[in-house]
This record gives sequence, C-alpha cells and structure tokens, in this order.
Amino acid sequence: MILVIAEQSGGKLNRTSWETIVGAQQLAGMIGGEIAVLVAGANVSAFAAELAAAQVKEVLTAENPALESYTPDGFTAALQDAIGQLSPSHVLLPHTYQTRDFAPKLAARLDRALLTDVTGIKQAGSETAFTRPMFQGKLTADVVAQGPAPHFVTFQIGAYRVDQVAKGAAPAPVRALSVSVDASTIREKPEAPFQQAKQAVDLSQAERIVSVGRGIKEQSNIAIAQKLADALHAEIAASRPICDAGWLPMERQVGSSGQTVAPKLYLALGISGAIQHLVGMKGSSTVVAINKDPDAPIFEIADYGIVGDLFEIVPAIIEAVKQP
Amino acid sequence: MKIAVCIKQVPTREWQPRLNDDKTWIRDQDASFEMNEPDAYALEEALRLKEKHGGEVVVCSAGPARVAQVIREALARGADRAIHVEDDGLASADAFVTSAALAAAMQEEKFDLTLTGLQSDDQGFAQVGVILAEKLGLPHATIIMEVEVTEASKGLRVKRELEGGWFQWVGMPLPAVLTIQSGINQLRYATLKGIMAAKKKEIKKASVPAGLTGKQKIASLYVPEKGKKTQLIAGTPAEAARELVRKLREEARVIA
Repeated sequence: MILVIAEQSGGKLNRTSWETIVGAQQLAGMIGGEIAVLVAGANVSAFAAELAAAQVKEVLTAENPALESYTPDGFTAALQDAIGQLSPSHVLLPHTYQTRDFAPKLAARLDRALLTDVTGIKQAGSETAFTRPMFQGKLTADVVAQGPAPHFVTFQIGAYRVDQVAKGAAPAPVRALSVSVDASTIREKPEAPFQQAKQAVDLSQAERIVSVGRGIKEQSNIAIAQKLADALHAEIAASRPICDAGWLPMERQVGSSGQTVAPKLYLALGISGAIQHLVGMKGSSTVVAINKDPDAPIFEIADYGIVGDLFEIVPAIIEAVKQP
Repeated sequence: MKIAVCIKQVPTREWQPRLNDDKTWIRDQDASFEMNEPDAYALEEALRLKEKHGGEVVVCSAGPARVAQVIREALARGADRAIHVEDDGLASADAFVTSAALAAAMQEEKFDLTLTGLQSDDQGFAQVGVILAEKLGLPHATIIMEVEVTEASKGLRVKRELEGGWFQWVGMPLPAVLTIQSGINQLRYATLKGIMAAKKKEIKKASVPAGLTGKQKIASLYVPEKGKKTQLIAGTPAEAARELVRKLREEARVIA
C-alpha cells in the first residue's frame, strides 16, 4: 500500500496534498498497489470528506486531541502508530515546511530511508528511482531508497499539478484509525501563527515582475532594476538573499518563504534559480532570464534568455522599450 | 551555555559541476569549497548567544580532511574549539550517515543547544539537524529566525518561519536542536586577530562509527533536462535587448 500523508493547518487542507496524491497515483501505476490517504489532527473529518474525491482505496483519519496544534513530537508519535498499523511500502508527503519539521524525525525513529524534494519517479532497471535536484539545482540525481520498507518520499511543491489528480466515480470510503499520543511527551509548545509584516504589496496580482538576485551585486544597483521595472510597468521583487541583506523589503521576496507569483512576465536579473526561488515563480507565463552564467538553473525554466552582463543589458532593454 | 554548531563544507556557488567517471558523484578534486551558507548563519547565532549568555561554542563537522578549512574559518570567527569526524566516505554521505556520525561524536559532550543550518547547498536533504535531534533524544524546531533563551537557560522560545510570510513562536526545554534559516542575523567576518587565535584552538578528531550504511543510493547524476525550450538571444547588449523586446511584444505579447 502507498500511504499519502495529507497536510492540514489553520483550518485548511494544504493543496499540495493533492499534488502528492498525483505522485502516488503515478507510483501506483508503475509498481502496483493501492493508495490510502491519511490526514491527522484533532478534528479532520471535513478534510477527509474533501480528500475522498480522489481516486484512492480509502481515506484514513488519525484524530487525537493532542494533535490540535502541530508539534513534531505529537505528529511523529501519531504517524509512527498509524504506519505500524498499515505497513505501507511507501509514505509520500508534500515537501512543505511542516513535513521538513517532522518527516526526518519519523523516518529516523523507524530507521527507514527518506528521499526529500523529489520532482519525479522513473524506472531504473528493476528499481524505482526518485528524481531530485542536487547542488542548488545545478545537477539532478536519480536516487534509489535502500533498506526495508516503508520508504519515505517528499515531493517538491509544484512537482505534480493539482488538476492532474484522478478523481473517483464515487467518494472513497473514510475510515478512522485510532492513534495513541501521550500528550505529556510533547515537548514543544507552539503559539499561534502570525504574519510579521503587513503585506502592503500583493505580488501575486502583479502582471509583470522584474526580480533581482545576487547578480545585482550591490544595494545601489537596485535602482537599475527599478528603472527597468518602471519602463515595463512592472513590480520589483527579489530572491531571498537580497531581502536578507535588507536591499529590498521582505514583502518583495519571491520563493518558498516569500510570495508565490504567476505574472504574465517574470524577468529574472542575476537570479541563479535555486529551488526555493523557482517554486515561487514557476507558474509565470513568460520567464526571461538574464544571467552571466550560461549554466544557471534559471535558464531551465526560462522562455527567453540572454547570457551576459546585466549592467550592460538592462540599460539597453530600457532603451529598446522606449522605441515603439 | 555549551553550544554546538554543525557545519558542512560545500562546493562554492561559482563552481561548475563536473561528474566522476561513473556519473554517480561530482569530481571532488575539481571543486572549490566554502562554508554552507545557512551553517554560517547558525555559527553567527551561536556566537551571539555565547556573547549574551556565556559558555562556549564548539564547531562539529563530518567530512573528509579538506573540511579542516571551514573548521579553521569558524574558529577564526570566534568558535572556541572543534570536533572533526573525519572520513573520505562522508563527502557523499546521506543524511542518516552524516547525522549518525555527528551524533556519535557529540553524544558525550552533552551540549545544551545544538544549531545547524536548515539544509546544505550540496545534497540539500534538509534532514541532518532533525535526525540528529532524534538520535540524541532531544526536542527540535526547524527553519528558525529568532532564538530567545528563557528561564535561566532552562528553556527556549524560538521563531519558526512558516510558508508565505507567516511565523510562529515555539517554546521547548533545553537541551534542544535548532535548524537555522539564512538571514536570521548579519554575519561577521574573521579578523586577523581571530585568524591568528584560531591556530591555537583545539580540533579533536573523531572517527565514523563502524557499520554505518546509507539509506539512499545515487543511481545516476546528470545535468538537468530543460523543461522548457529556452530561446537564447545572442548579439551585443543592444542587439539582444532589441530582439528581446521585439519577442516580448510580438511573440509573448506581455508588454506594450
């Protein structure tokens, strides 16, 4: 059995759970086996009903009052119990921040393999290989899990498309698993999540974005990118290191820890294209990359690319835009 | 507080990948290396906590002999001493092997707080800190942007980064393990005085426990296949810019 761990938080089912179901459906097509989707929490029946639309054998709930708020100790205990009852061949999860917080602990406790940030599945001889980026996306690896089942796999956000999920003719049955969690063993005391900065800029609605990365070199050079943004009637944004350095406010950060954007035009200046950045912008319709490094991963998802010095190219683009 | 910082040495950002003959790993001898960036922020956070609460900062690194370079750098920035788990096989080890090697070397030190970067820029597992916590039987929190020590050094209150601009404070008792996010602080650089002082600081060598085997095998390593067909625009800056603007207007129709 292939077990998908769906994610819920803040009263919502995380939509990346559907992407993971698509991955599970692909894996089941390759190696056979049935799919079960498990959702854990204090009160998850509504999420289970939603997930039952997927073409899977069953949806399982793992409810326990100790799972009201997410904690790594609580979720690890609950999922360890559930996995013990189900004996799956694979446990698949979305590669979210929450998964990253508990999945290594769960896999270590069970002494099983954990392959993270996976973007695809392929057959490698008689083995099933999982594809994942390495070296900041400069290389890709086909990785085979070693040792006994279950093998844990987390899928990169966006690796599968939600609209590709196979739906069942009728809702899948929902079954309640009983999981024991000793609340006194939970050492973490989480407080309520909050948003730090007022999101004055909603980049998700922007039609055009000019985004800057490390290649901009100095804070004073941001002005060059701003001029281009003005010429294109675009919003300015940045990759994480630029916001970490305080060169642009955090609210203009695009990527897994910042905003997710999908403009008509995304023009990346001096952005190498680390995975954490790509997941925030790969839904853009047209991507332009300007970078001095022809091997920069950003070119793998760009529609148009110019290899060269952005300090020469950007002023030339501003000039060209002025011409009708 | 007795603070450990786990540091990995990774290829530099400018490094152009070259593969070994059987295409399962990089040509290590061609690469240039540096301190993994999130680990540098973890080191900085450890130094700041020591300055505030006293104690010592111990650098722990698992890797081949070349790792001594980043250990020296960490000592020059202000760490007090180091533990180097040295083995050639650690260069390409998976997260289970790396964390088991670190756990064995760190166990009896009984650190109050262990910091790691949230993930490495080479294999990028994002697992070592969390597995280390489990192996040492300690609570943990990941992707941390602020660390407060509470109750006369008995507990922690840390700010976890969630996705999409959200955060959350989490409390936990010490000892504990935290994985640190880049940007949590502003990095310091080594001074000449620090570099000189580092030469006299202790680097204790440790070996990898016997019988460790990895839980994942790289069947093949390659340059990524392009998902989209990128139109590369050549020419002088002025020519390339004119052609790009024409394409954005006429083909993509995304600018006026």
